[in-house]
Amino acid sequence: MGRRQILAMFAVGLILCITSLAFGGEAQILTNSSLPWWAWPLILFVFTFVLGIVAVLGGVGSGVLYVPIVGGFFPFNLDFVRGAGLFTALTGALSAGPGLLRRGLADLRLAIPLSVVTSVGAIVGAMIGLALPKNLVNTLLGVTILGIMIIMLRAKKSEFPEVKGPDPIAKALGIGGIYVEPSLGKEIHWTVHRTPIALVLFAIIGIMAGMFGLGAGWANVPVLNLLMGVPLKVAVSTSVFLLSITDTSAAFIYLNSGAISPMIVIPSIIGIMLGAVVGVKILEVAKPKVIRIMVLGLLFLSGLRALLKGLGIWN
Amino acid sequence: MAGLKPTEEQLAYASLLDLGRKIGFIGLVITFIIYLFQLLPSYIPPNELLSYLKLNLHDYLEKTGIQQGWYWITLHRYSDFLPFLLICFLSFVTIFCFFRILPILLKKGIKYTFYCPSFKY
Repeated sequence: MGRRQILAMFAVGLILCITSLAFGGEAQILTNSSLPWWAWPLILFVFTFVLGIVAVLGGVGSGVLYVPIVGGFFPFNLDFVRGAGLFTALTGALSAGPGLLRRGLADLRLAIPLSVVTSVGAIVGAMIGLALPKNLVNTLLGVTILGIMIIMLRAKKSEFPEVKGPDPIAKALGIGGIYVEPSLGKEIHWTVHRTPIALVLFAIIGIMAGMFGLGAGWANVPVLNLLMGVPLKVAVSTSVFLLSITDTSAAFIYLNSGAISPMIVIPSIIGIMLGAVVGVKILEVAKPKVIRIMVLGLLFLSGLRALLKGLGIWN
Repeated sequence: MAGLKPTEEQLAYASLLDLGRKIGFIGLVITFIIYLFQLLPSYIPPNELLSYLKLNLHDYLEKTGIQQGWYWITLHRYSDFLPFLLICFLSFVTIFCFFRILPILLKKGIKYTFYCPSFKY
C-alpha cells in the first residue's frame, strides 16, 4: 500500500472520529431509550448487513469489525457483544466451510492439529475475558484492533512460499497436499515447516479470539502463509474453516456463562450472512482498494474508541 | 475450477457440516420469529431487555435470576431461550463432523498417509 493510501486511510478514520466527537461521542439515535424494543434488532440487522458487505469488499473478517464497532457504539455491554461476535464469526465459517472443503481449498489434515491448540486457547481466552474487568478488556481490545490494523497494512503475502521440506511434526502428521492452480495450469505440491512455532502462535491466537470474540483470520493467514509456508489460497481457505472449529470451543463458554442474547446474536448472524452474499455479488464491480481503505479507517476508529473507552478518556 | 481432489473424510465432513449449518440456520430464524412476535412468552419482557443488556454479565445474572451452566435448558419454554437450543446445536455441528470422520480415519489407519511424493526424507 502506498503512502497516499495510508494517509487516506488515516484521514477517513480521523474524519469519522471527529464527527463522532462533534455529536457527543456516540450517535444519538443509538442510545435513545425511547426507541421501541424491536428497533434494536432491526438496527442491528441493517448495520450488520452493511458490515457483511463491507467486510467482503474490504477483505477483512466481519468479526474483527463487529466487536469493536458494536461494543463501542451500541448500548450493549461488551460481555454480550463478544458472545455475539463469536457466534457471527462461527456461523460465517460454518457457511463457507463446506464449499471450501469440497473444492479442496481448505485442508482438513492441516486444520485439525492446529484447531486442537487454537481451541484450547479459545476456551482459556473466553474464561479469562469474562473474568477481567470491562475497562481492561476494552483497553486490550483497542490495542489488539490497532495491532490488527497494522498487521493488515504491513503483512506481505506469498502466493507460493518456498518450503524445502516438512519438519518432523508436519511429517508425522502428514500435513501437505497438492492442488491445481488454474492461473498457472499446473499442480502445486505443498507442505509446511516451522510447525512447533506455529502451534504456539495458534494457541495465542486462540486465546485472543476467545477473549475478544473476534474471528482469527487476520492472524491465521499470516501464520499459515508466511510462517508455515502454506500457499495463499489454501491458507485463506483453511483459516476460514479453522474458525468453525476454534469458535465452537469458545462458544460453549459464552453460552453457558449466560453472555448470549438472541436479540443481539440472531439479527447479527442473519445480517452478516446476507450482507456477505450481496458483498460477493458487488465485488465484481466495486473498487476493493477504496473499500479496503475505508475498512482500515473504520478499524482505526473502532480500535481507538475501545482503547480510549478502556482508559476512561472517551466514554 | 479444478482443485485438489478432496479425501473421503474431507467430503464426509463437508456434507455433514453443510447439513448441520442449514438446519441450524433455519431453526434460528424460526425460533427468532417466535421470539420477535412473542408467539411464546419470554423470560425477560422484550421492552425491558435493553436495560438488562447494558449491565455487565454478573449484574445481569443477579437481576434476572438466570444461573450459569446448562440452566438455560430448563428455560426452553420461554421464547428468548428457545433459540439457545439452535445456538447450542450449531456449536455441536463440528463435533458431530469429527465423529462422522472418525470411522473413516480408523479404517485408513490413524497415521496419515503423506501424499506429497515431491519431498524426499
